[in-house]
Amino acid sequence: MALRIEVTAVGDPRGAGVVAAAELLGISGLSDCVVTRIYNVRGQLDVADVEMLCNELLADPVVDRWQLGASHPIGTPVEVALHPGVTDSDARELERAAAEIGLPPIEVATARRYDLIGDLTDEQIDHLVSGELGNATIEHWCRGVLEPEFAVSASADPTVDVIEMEGLDDEALVELSTARVLSLDLAEMKAIRAHFISEGRPPTDAELETLAQTWSEHCVHKTFRASIELRHHRADQTTTTSRHDGLLDALRRVTDELDPWWLRSAFVDDAGIVAFDDENDLAIKVETHNHPSALEPFGGANTGVGGVVRDVIGVSARPIACTDVLCFGPADLPSSELPAGVLHPRRIRDGVVAGISDYGNKLGLPTVNGSVIYSAGYTGNPLVYCGAIGMLPHGSHPTEARIGDRIISIGGRVGRDGIHGATFSSAGMDANTGDVVGTAVQVGDPITEKGCIEVVERARDKKLYNAITDCGAGGFSSSVGEMGEDLGAEVDLSGVVLKYPGLQPWEIWLSEAQERIVLAVPPANLEALAEICRQWDVELTDLGEFTGRHRLVVNHGQLNLVDIPMDFLHDGLPRRQMSGDWTDPTPHDGDRAEFDAPLLLRMLAHPDVASNDDIVHRYDHEVGGGTVVRPLVGPHADGPSDAAVIKPLGTSAHPIAAVVSNGICPRVGLLDPHAMALFAIDEAVRNLVAVGGDPDRVALLDNFCWGDPTKPDRLGGLVRAVEGCVDGAMAYAMPFISGKDSLFNEFDGHAIPGTLLISALGLIPDLNRAVTSAGCGVGDDVWLVGEQSEHLGGSLVNEMLDLGATIVPAPVTDPLPRYRAVHRAIIDGLVTSAHDCSEGGLAVSVAEMAIGSRHGFTVEVPTHSGDALSALSNESPGRLVLTAAPTDRESLASILGDGARLIGTVDGGSSLRLQAGDTSVELPLGDLVDAFTGRSR
Amino acid sequence: MMTRPPVLIPHASGTNRDLEAAQAVELAGGDPRIVHINSLRAGHVKWADHAAILLPGGFSYGDSLGAGARLALELRTWFGDELAVAVHKGRPILGICNGFQALVKSGLLSGPDRPEGRGITLTHNSNGRFECRWVTLGVEPSCRSGWLGEVSGLVVRCPVAHGEGRFVAADPGVIGTMSDAGLVAFRYLDAGALPVEPTGPAGGVHPANPNGSDADIAGICDATGAVVGMMPHPEDHIFDWQRPSGPPGGSGLPLFKAFVEAAR
Repeated sequence: MALRIEVTAVGDPRGAGVVAAAELLGISGLSDCVVTRIYNVRGQLDVADVEMLCNELLADPVVDRWQLGASHPIGTPVEVALHPGVTDSDARELERAAAEIGLPPIEVATARRYDLIGDLTDEQIDHLVSGELGNATIEHWCRGVLEPEFAVSASADPTVDVIEMEGLDDEALVELSTARVLSLDLAEMKAIRAHFISEGRPPTDAELETLAQTWSEHCVHKTFRASIELRHHRADQTTTTSRHDGLLDALRRVTDELDPWWLRSAFVDDAGIVAFDDENDLAIKVETHNHPSALEPFGGANTGVGGVVRDVIGVSARPIACTDVLCFGPADLPSSELPAGVLHPRRIRDGVVAGISDYGNKLGLPTVNGSVIYSAGYTGNPLVYCGAIGMLPHGSHPTEARIGDRIISIGGRVGRDGIHGATFSSAGMDANTGDVVGTAVQVGDPITEKGCIEVVERARDKKLYNAITDCGAGGFSSSVGEMGEDLGAEVDLSGVVLKYPGLQPWEIWLSEAQERIVLAVPPANLEALAEICRQWDVELTDLGEFTGRHRLVVNHGQLNLVDIPMDFLHDGLPRRQMSGDWTDPTPHDGDRAEFDAPLLLRMLAHPDVASNDDIVHRYDHEVGGGTVVRPLVGPHADGPSDAAVIKPLGTSAHPIAAVVSNGICPRVGLLDPHAMALFAIDEAVRNLVAVGGDPDRVALLDNFCWGDPTKPDRLGGLVRAVEGCVDGAMAYAMPFISGKDSLFNEFDGHAIPGTLLISALGLIPDLNRAVTSAGCGVGDDVWLVGEQSEHLGGSLVNEMLDLGATIVPAPVTDPLPRYRAVHRAIIDGLVTSAHDCSEGGLAVSVAEMAIGSRHGFTVEVPTHSGDALSALSNESPGRLVLTAAPTDRESLASILGDGARLIGTVDGGSSLRLQAGDTSVELPLGDLVDAFTGRSR
Repeated sequence: MMTRPPVLIPHASGTNRDLEAAQAVELAGGDPRIVHINSLRAGHVKWADHAAILLPGGFSYGDSLGAGARLALELRTWFGDELAVAVHKGRPILGICNGFQALVKSGLLSGPDRPEGRGITLTHNSNGRFECRWVTLGVEPSCRSGWLGEVSGLVVRCPVAHGEGRFVAADPGVIGTMSDAGLVAFRYLDAGALPVEPTGPAGGVHPANPNGSDADIAGICDATGAVVGMMPHPEDHIFDWQRPSGPPGGSGLPLFKAFVEAAR
């Protein structure tokens, strides 16, 4: 019989949060809500023990009240609890703490109770619970008291099944792939069948799963290695056909060709690495965690951060900062338009933000850069890009496992969570996905990962390991399979520490349970590593050894699960032959429209432009003490920042700092994916240059999120975008050092808009020279760098006013000289503030500078044939607005050359005045601030 | 050359602002020593060998049982005697953010003595969210802490970054008693517009008071004055370039200098 303890906080703000959330769901009858924490406890506790447990551990004497048993309902009580098997970290923590204060061993299962007070119908209660309070993917609920379910205790004997493939026809092979969530196509299934026929035996369940994981789109990037025929249908009705043998190779070739001296490692490892100062390198990686975030936003984003941070740990770096770029459906989408099986975009956003905040903050990593885009195309399939940056001493990252090295896993325990993550992310989603792959979704444990950071840093400095990798998608199967590719590995899973008993061997092998790092450790160093782990409360498992026998052998005690030659595992995958179509839109210049003050206010209030301060303040962007330029700038900390400048702790001997920025413009991609790539690169670069970054030290990362690549209309755009990246890298002379593709971003057969995120990592030689968009002084000149365009295709205003323009502005030819000039001007101290022109064009850019600085601006620009709208809101790439003292006018003009012109002054008034041809607009600063920051929270 | 007093910075699993705290102590003239709780527990490192103790920020043990609660339990059950000795000897003890939460919940910073038990706590911010932003705070002139007295009236600008930083008293009488007894160490101030010249107390209004703390209290001390706790992070403002905007000033470094000086 379990003991039930209820704890209620006086004045708990979460109750008001539930009421507010109900209103957003259209439920107005909820007047109040009392939130109660429930702890179901099993164990031999006497009365004094229970009082100690409650008073010492569960209830704060000032704000909490506790009681035993179920209290009398105040309204309609609803209880929500995690499914058995989903990590209940509060329960585990309470069990540990109880032991620490000397109580007998206890088992705990937690739940939350909501007493809903007010006039609600049954339907409204169900809507509120499923729409806000609980998530069926990881939780269950009921009215009244929920019977506690303690940790899973299934205790089946470990078994290994064999899967007969020999007699199966094509249809049956495909069915087998679908039934086991293998995401393998017919050619791949046939290759596996042929291999095992030649071995003279059928595959085991574990072998089939291992191959499916290793060959998954997620792990092996089949599309990016495929041979693709692109048919490009042009607007003049001609079609050109081209063949692309490996998109990944095309990106790598540019990097090989550019090969700057400061490039340390590109594409080959968990993260890209570039030089920072004389002693240290920087590592960076950007990942996506889209499907998990769609199903369980908090856990999906949570483990998204955890995963990308592990990528950085996986190149022996100590993480120093995080970034995030998010794409959601419209936050104000009417519930009636929400497809079945989809969480509301607002709920996804809130959960994702909370998940990122929880993980990054608890790791002690500042989240310093990001952006948020809202579009109906992301309603069923949101995008969650998570980035991490780390630092490591130059030359400190070993990459070659040796024969005889032990295979060591450190960090989290293994559970059934996260099984099939790699294969699940390699297929589209529909209304049933949550039920089928609920196990793929997890909640993270940042404190365990923090322990891994500390252990790896010390083990690296003591040179205790020969190779290291993150244990992510595919679990041990992926990490051991990849590390042992050249040697072979033999593993025994019987010693793996489990979260709970009852896992089948193949589940242990494939589980993607979080917070694990795998190391190749010489036997002589094992005890030293174990001592560091003990010191930092991190668990260590010895899985086996790298053998030199070129086979992957996995056992569970006496049971043999896997025995596959490494060359078949890694090279047996047939190369895909694919084809893609891209059709250029018919060129239209679109309708003309007026530019007026209400339009500018609407642009500032557009969700893609408006302040994200409600999100930014939930991320710790200060921890580490190295944030030089933060996400919000200006005296009132409400001006938007172009890029983050970070000074890594421990490098104060010199003034060099890192700069991180991003570029993303999916509206352009709908018309021209090639231009989208060039524009996204340009946006990332000009953001980086705007704060003082050096354009000659920029490394790029690509992240492609696309629909189902087996459909030619999706694949065509993807190939065009990759071509754009290749052309852009050459034109800007900036190498790609890492990248990632997330394909199959579809819901119910509808693909997301093909979306490319470009991240840029660079340096500023002197952090004291960093500028923001808000640093201007009264009387400063206002300069525009770069060329205007009369074309509005792909622009925000084109979408807002439905103009129908399809011609996008021309890309920048020869971009480096202008960015070098701007950089030189900033480093010489001539520039007081700088801001890039992107969504909303020049008008929004200048308005944001006025908002951030609280200074009035007067700006005048010429029009193209009298069109003020395009003059003020075109999104031509390559443009920056600078401010500088009039006394520096000549020196600035000589540095910037012909590419820049004076367009106005910081006039010291209290309004923004824009003039284009005959059109003039004047708006008080207060109206701009209200429009920009006043988005409904 | 003056000797650098050894300052113990205990690290529990989940602590994460220890490196910045160490940097601030170092710059202030101290000798920071980050030591894992496990080493202290095993006796490899002794509390008594240190002239001052700084409990840094972070999420010790994930804050699963409430912010700082398990660390508080450990301070009480494993290290109660060592800490009592340190307090008795008047060694300066500073808890920042999670360290402050742990000091409050351990009883080392429990407010005025009351028959009903501890009358103050740190709980969820009034908006129910984690909040990171720069704030302005002042060292309370009436604070009884001897070492803080060296920087009485000092105005510091620095970030807060916490979800459970709202200082709450069981009843208004507790606040009055604390003010009268000089136990209030820091209050949030309204920074006003630039140039940064505090115009007065934050008046409980967000964002100057970022979490809804009673009486704008950002930090407190104990009856001896040696033990001080605060939610904001002065260790994140010790270099000029860390400040987001505005004229020089508001550095947290004088605070750490006073702390280290008191350890000599």
